[in-house]
Amino acid sequence: MILGIQYIKDSVGFLPFLILLASGLIILMGSAVSGFGDKGRYGSGVALIGSVLALLSLYVLYGLKRNVLFNGMLIIDKFSIFLVATLLIATIVVILISRNAIAKEGAEINEYYVLLLFSSAGMILMVQSINLIMVFLALEIFSLAVYVLVGITKQKKISTEASLKYLLLGAFSAAFFLYGLTYIYGATGTLDLQKITNLVAAGEITNRFYLLFGGTLVLFGLAFKIAIVPFHMWTPDVYEGAPTPITAYMAVGVKAAALAVFLRIFGHTLLKISINWHTLFWVLAVITMSVGNICALRQDSVKRMLAYSSIAHAGYIFVAVVAGSNYGYGGILFYLLVYTFMNLGAFGVVIYVENLLGLKDDYDSFKGFGFRKPIIGLCMVIFLCSLMGLPPTGGFIAKFVVFSSAVKAGYIWLVVIAVINSAIAAYYYLRLIITIYTRAEETNTVEDRPIEGSIYNSIGLIISLIGTLILGIIPYGVLQLAMRAVSL
Amino acid sequence: MHETNFPILSIIIFFPIIGILLIAFTERKDGYLQKWIAFWTTLIDFIISLPLFFAFKNVADFQFVEKVNWIPSLGISYHVGVDGISLLLVLLTTFLCPICIAACWKDIQDKVKEFLIAFLFLEVSMIGVFCALDLFLFYIFWELMLVPMFLLILVWGAPARRVYASVKFFLYTMAGSMMMLVGILVLYFYHGKVTGDYTFDLLKMFQLKLPFRYEFWLFLAFGIAFAIKVPMFPFHTWLPDAHTEAPTIGSVILAGVLLKMGTYGFVRFNLSLFPHATMYFMEFMGILAVIGIIYGAFMCLVQKDLKRLIAYSSVSHLGFVMLGVFALNVQGLTGGMIQMINHGLSTGALFLLVGMIYERRHTRLIAEFGGLAKCLPLYATFFMIVTLSSIGLPGLNGFIGEFLIMLGAFKAKWWLGVLAASGVILAAWYMLWMYQRVMFGKVVHEVNLKLKDLVAREVWILVPLIIFIVWIGVHPNTFLSKMEPSIKNIVSKYEKIKISEGNTKINILKNLKGERS
Repeated sequence: MILGIQYIKDSVGFLPFLILLASGLIILMGSAVSGFGDKGRYGSGVALIGSVLALLSLYVLYGLKRNVLFNGMLIIDKFSIFLVATLLIATIVVILISRNAIAKEGAEINEYYVLLLFSSAGMILMVQSINLIMVFLALEIFSLAVYVLVGITKQKKISTEASLKYLLLGAFSAAFFLYGLTYIYGATGTLDLQKITNLVAAGEITNRFYLLFGGTLVLFGLAFKIAIVPFHMWTPDVYEGAPTPITAYMAVGVKAAALAVFLRIFGHTLLKISINWHTLFWVLAVITMSVGNICALRQDSVKRMLAYSSIAHAGYIFVAVVAGSNYGYGGILFYLLVYTFMNLGAFGVVIYVENLLGLKDDYDSFKGFGFRKPIIGLCMVIFLCSLMGLPPTGGFIAKFVVFSSAVKAGYIWLVVIAVINSAIAAYYYLRLIITIYTRAEETNTVEDRPIEGSIYNSIGLIISLIGTLILGIIPYGVLQLAMRAVSL
Repeated sequence: MHETNFPILSIIIFFPIIGILLIAFTERKDGYLQKWIAFWTTLIDFIISLPLFFAFKNVADFQFVEKVNWIPSLGISYHVGVDGISLLLVLLTTFLCPICIAACWKDIQDKVKEFLIAFLFLEVSMIGVFCALDLFLFYIFWELMLVPMFLLILVWGAPARRVYASVKFFLYTMAGSMMMLVGILVLYFYHGKVTGDYTFDLLKMFQLKLPFRYEFWLFLAFGIAFAIKVPMFPFHTWLPDAHTEAPTIGSVILAGVLLKMGTYGFVRFNLSLFPHATMYFMEFMGILAVIGIIYGAFMCLVQKDLKRLIAYSSVSHLGFVMLGVFALNVQGLTGGMIQMINHGLSTGALFLLVGMIYERRHTRLIAEFGGLAKCLPLYATFFMIVTLSSIGLPGLNGFIGEFLIMLGAFKAKWWLGVLAASGVILAAWYMLWMYQRVMFGKVVHEVNLKLKDLVAREVWILVPLIIFIVWIGVHPNTFLSKMEPSIKNIVSKYEKIKISEGNTKINILKNLKGERS
């Protein structure tokens, strides 16, 4: 009985998840009422209100002390709050930019938003959990929703293919993850991360090899979700096949959630048991950014280019993982937030071109875009500059913090490789900027057609733009929050 | 340190933002209104910057310093100030900007609004680079300059190869500055580790004594960014392309100010932060500079395009600047600094003049001209003065700079001076030959007979430049006296090193002798 009351109390620390779940259920039940759930309008509205409420509820959570909930299953700390905020911002922007895109893709159904909310709830659960079995549960919750979302446009072959590919490889990686957990359990006798941390700190691990082996398998499982080379093969195809807002969501949300769990599992625990992790991560970081950038150079589809660039960005983030300091982890959180804004912004513009102007996502569709739509064109330039890492955008500060953490830890050659990569990356972003400011030969490529409801898309873009610029010009407060979030 | 309460530098740096906002709210078709706004913005900015010159005390300290915390947890502050080295470059920037706006009056008719906004944005970042006293702030301004300049070349450049030229410019600069970023970070953490004070403050960095290994690599990391910007010999290939394809005032700003950011960077950072490495690389840099001088000059001789010719002459002239800077004595550095200003004025004027003839004839090929002196007497006169100043005729500005540089080079390494002197002769050859082919002889092409001479606006653009060309040539001390204390400050550092190293050598010799006896 007392336990029951404790659980109800604990639910406060669990508020964003509950709100998202409730809004998802409301949409589901509402659409059962005939004439009410038409064409996803109602769904998007409720989803938007729900996710904004969830974001606001973080204010309540921020006041709470660091606290373990539900018998050591979940935790409420600054780290999870920062990431939940990042994820919710991503969800809100994705809902905003989805509205028209989904209509064009022929998936104007309320279930789209339900799945979006559920996957978002799963991610929140994942960053809050400190028990490995909870992590796995959350991973499956959001993964299942995302598998469906990728293939939600049933009539498009390419989407279905992407969905199947993602499902098969995802299931495979989940198996790796789970198999790794069994070894970790075998070595430590517990799946509670805090207990594992204590055991590692006290040096009471009887079988270090099993723990290392299990850790490696867990790393494989997570690397798949983050899209670290060589676990990235699915990324371009799935990103290209999925509806564009879902691509954006995956590039930002899934990556952030998986990285958060990665930091939780490795950051203060498993990294301590072997010095060789750093060498492994060093190699992973280098090949991830190099492969991402070099492949991105040769893409003709903007969506595919952004997919490969997201791989490269995962590589940059891994630079801070190699550094392995709190300063670096804070940098990762900051990077994820900035990446959310700038990448969603870039995808928002792609959606604008693709769905509202009725063009494809290849480079040619962007020809003359900067002259026809000067303001959105300029927005795209700012997002691309931020992705490139030029000041005064958030992308620069994020890269700066991440790279400086590695310099601080003495990995200067890694940073040299990373900056050479950034210079290579500049080329493919520039190519898009050039295309935007190249006059189109045929005048019909970008037409001014009356656009219904593009206001939502614009709001999404404005949020991304403000975020990108604010984090670049006055990053102090947020950077401080990120740094505080990782210092336990 | 001399502190003032009035934030004059911030006002100078950010004043163009007002112009940007005003222009942003005008109608797209009001091209001339936008140009007037931009013109007055830049002119007022120049007028505000004048008190800097008069209130500047002739001491080596940084003046008009402002410091506000920006990201305190990382030791980043908004810290600006000028000394004798940056003062004249700030003034050169504010001086050239209104001239550029006036020069684009007829030239730019397409997308005027965006053009002016990009240009004013560029002005902010250029002045910022010269004023920043915080490494982080410096880097921000340095990178900020990249995008507007890229767009100037890409959107308003000559259609044929503008994409190639702009991408080349961007990637070259970006690659260099990323290396500098690594250098800045290493310096920051080394400073933090040694002193316990994690800061990007340049003034505190100046106090730092680095081990030679660090100095060596940091010199290279910073040096590559600056060498690309200057551009020094093996990294110069972006310059002719960028210049040729850029619109006229893009070239003027590129030659006048952007290239100076590289040479300024060498003086401000490499010379002041890494003295031992600078001594070590002195000869090497001197040789690269001389290669640049001679190579640039020979390239000029074979150019068919006027603008390309002037671009290569920039490579040659910047070689002189670098030679002077790496002579590491008072004469050489003074010459290098004043030559930066000279090059901004003379080459800026040359690009303006080429732009004017291009507006009339829509070609820049030397073969298309000939005998222009007959139909365009005023134009030919101005061109003559500027050409002579570029060659280094006594009485005009170029002479002062080149003479001091030679003096410094001879004092440092006589053979570098001898080789560089050949550059002066070559300069006279290619410039006068170009002038002869364009201005004298028979009028081969009938079209040229109908060309109109300069109008009042164009004369007024050129007159201020000519005034300063003559002023520096006749009475350089007005300007030299401002930079002298700062330069002596830098040079004294090197003399100390020379003496101490000399002492160690003597000591070693003494020890050796002692052992023998």
